[in-house]
Order: sequence, then structure tokens, then C-alpha cells
Amino acid sequence: MLSIMKKETDIRHQDTICTNESHLQHKWYHNLKYLIVGVLFGIVFVKAEIISWFRIQEMFRLQSFHMYGVIGSAIVTGMISVWIIKKFNIKTIYGEKISIAPKTFNKGQIYGGLIFGFGWAITGACPGPLFAQIGTGAAAVVITLVSAIFGTWVYGYFRNNLPH
Amino acid sequence: MLDIIKEPWPWYIAGPLIGLTVPALLILGNKSFGISSSLRHICAACIPANVSFFKYDWKKESWNLFFVLGIFLGGMIAAHLLMIPGEITVNPNLKAELATYGITDYSNLVPTQLMNFESLLTLKGFILMVVGGFLVGFGTRYAGGCTSGHAIMGLSNLQWPSLVATICFMIGGFLMANVILPIILSL
Repeated sequence: MLSIMKKETDIRHQDTICTNESHLQHKWYHNLKYLIVGVLFGIVFVKAEIISWFRIQEMFRLQSFHMYGVIGSAIVTGMISVWIIKKFNIKTIYGEKISIAPKTFNKGQIYGGLIFGFGWAITGACPGPLFAQIGTGAAAVVITLVSAIFGTWVYGYFRNNLPH
Repeated sequence: MLDIIKEPWPWYIAGPLIGLTVPALLILGNKSFGISSSLRHICAACIPANVSFFKYDWKKESWNLFFVLGIFLGGMIAAHLLMIPGEITVNPNLKAELATYGITDYSNLVPTQLMNFESLLTLKGFILMVVGGFLVGFGTRYAGGCTSGHAIMGLSNLQWPSLVATICFMIGGFLMANVILPIILSL
């Protein structure tokens, strides 16, 4: 039983940066707090024009500092936050220890990174902005999102045949 | 006050707010910031098709789906309540370049002249929406994360593989935007 659970967890963690195990069982509505963070995050995305196709084109043509400023200051803020959390051993609101899984290197970060870079410049969106763009009423972006989901599926299907 | 909110926000306001998502998710429930995983969870929930990569209990990651649903709602709220209608400001050099491809409409953050249902049946529209989206989904999962998971979360946690991934995102983007995309846009 334990080994089955371990295997299941291993699969879930494959190639993903955002899985953390919690031993607490919560009712579904506990997830609403993530919905609220998402709403605030989505508002910033739109208000700072991060979801703008034009802003992404400017970034990749070095025609504007805006996106570099956004991503750079987000990273610095994140770094300081993670440092403070580790330094003072800050716990979650449920009193759990905060743990961040380390990233292990594989060649996928190079090949996949380049492929995602191509897609980013074409669509002017990474996965987050796709959801926000649809929210702003750009209905045709639903096609881009469905295609992105399909791309993820195709990766999963051919995963074992791809160099990692 | 509301007038200030309705203006486009500068990077030094938006960047730190986005960065604060990292500790917010960690403190709310030990969740590492990442968005592209939501695409994988959707696959696992809807079309697992016996592929081992999608055979896991996606319900344990449902927080991620609530998060992206929030992003969608946030986009809706911002666009309908917090925006001044009008053209967005873009570098004049980019405007001049895009005008040569017939892109002149700056009333939306998404170029509606490129991304619309009618152009889906043209080669250009197909590449921009369907192929572009495919590359985003395939590439982010192959790389194990996107701008949020690698560039922001990974670098916040000083992970060098995330730096490799971020550099590759940028190389790919520069190549596409400057070399290949001009060809696609002139189709």
C-alpha cells in the first residue's frame, strides 16, 4: 500500500515544480483562498499589461524595460520572501512547516525551455496570462488554451521517448 | 483613488505584487507558485487516457485549478471595472513594424486582428493560435515549469536549473520574435 502511494506521488511530482504534500485534509472550500489570490494576481496581470501581446513583443525586441522591471522585481521580492520564510522558519496558517521541493536538472529545461520561448513570443502569453486574457473577453484565446492543454497531453504521451 | 487604479500600473508596483504571490501561497498552505501545472491537472482530470504521466490524483492539486480560475475572474474584473477604455501605449518602433503587417488596432491587450475566430482558418491565424498554444503547453511541461514556476518561484528559491530554463525561455523568445515571427506575420 505504502509503495503504491509512493509511486503515485512520484508520478504526480514528475516535471512539476508546484506539488507539495500536505497531511491535512481540508474541505473543498479551503481552496477558495487560492481563488482569491488568483483574482488579485489576475487583476495585476491585466492592470500592468503583462498579458498584452504587444508588451511581450516589446520585451523580445528590447524596446521597453517594462516586462524586465516586472519580472525582475517579482523575482527579487520572491527571493527576499523565501529567505525570510526559511530564516525565521515561518509556518503556514495551519502551523505546517513550509517546504519547497528543489528542482533537479534535466535536458528538458533546455529543449522545453526553447520550445516554450517560441510559443511565448508567438502567442504573447505564458499559461497564466492565457486565463486572464480569456477573462478580459478575448474569446479566441480559448483556442490557444485548448491547444496548450493538448500540447501538455502530447508531451505526457511521448514523454518516455523524449530526451531528458 | 479609483482614477489611479484605472491607469496602467507601473512595473515597480506590479512586479513586487506578483512576487508576493510566492510567500502568499506558501503561507496559505505550503503551495509552490506555478501555473503551467494546471494544464497537466486538466489533462489528468479530463483525458488521462492511461498515460502514466497523467495517472495521479489530480484532486490533491485542485488548489491550482482554483488559482487559475481566480486569474480568469481577476482578468474579467480588471477589464470590466478597472480600465479606462482607450489605446494602449506601445513603443513607436514596434508600432511602425506591426503596421507593415497590417496590425493597427491597439484597443485591446490581445491583438484582435490576429487572434480571432475568423482567422483561425487562415495559415497565419492557425500558426498564431493553435501552433503557438501547442508550443506553450508542450514546452512548459517539457521544461517542468513556465515563467511563474521557473523564473519566479524557481529563482526565488535559488534553483540553478530554473535559471537554465529561464535563459532558454528568453533565447527561444528572442529568436521567435525577431527572426521567425516576422515571416509568420507576413503570411
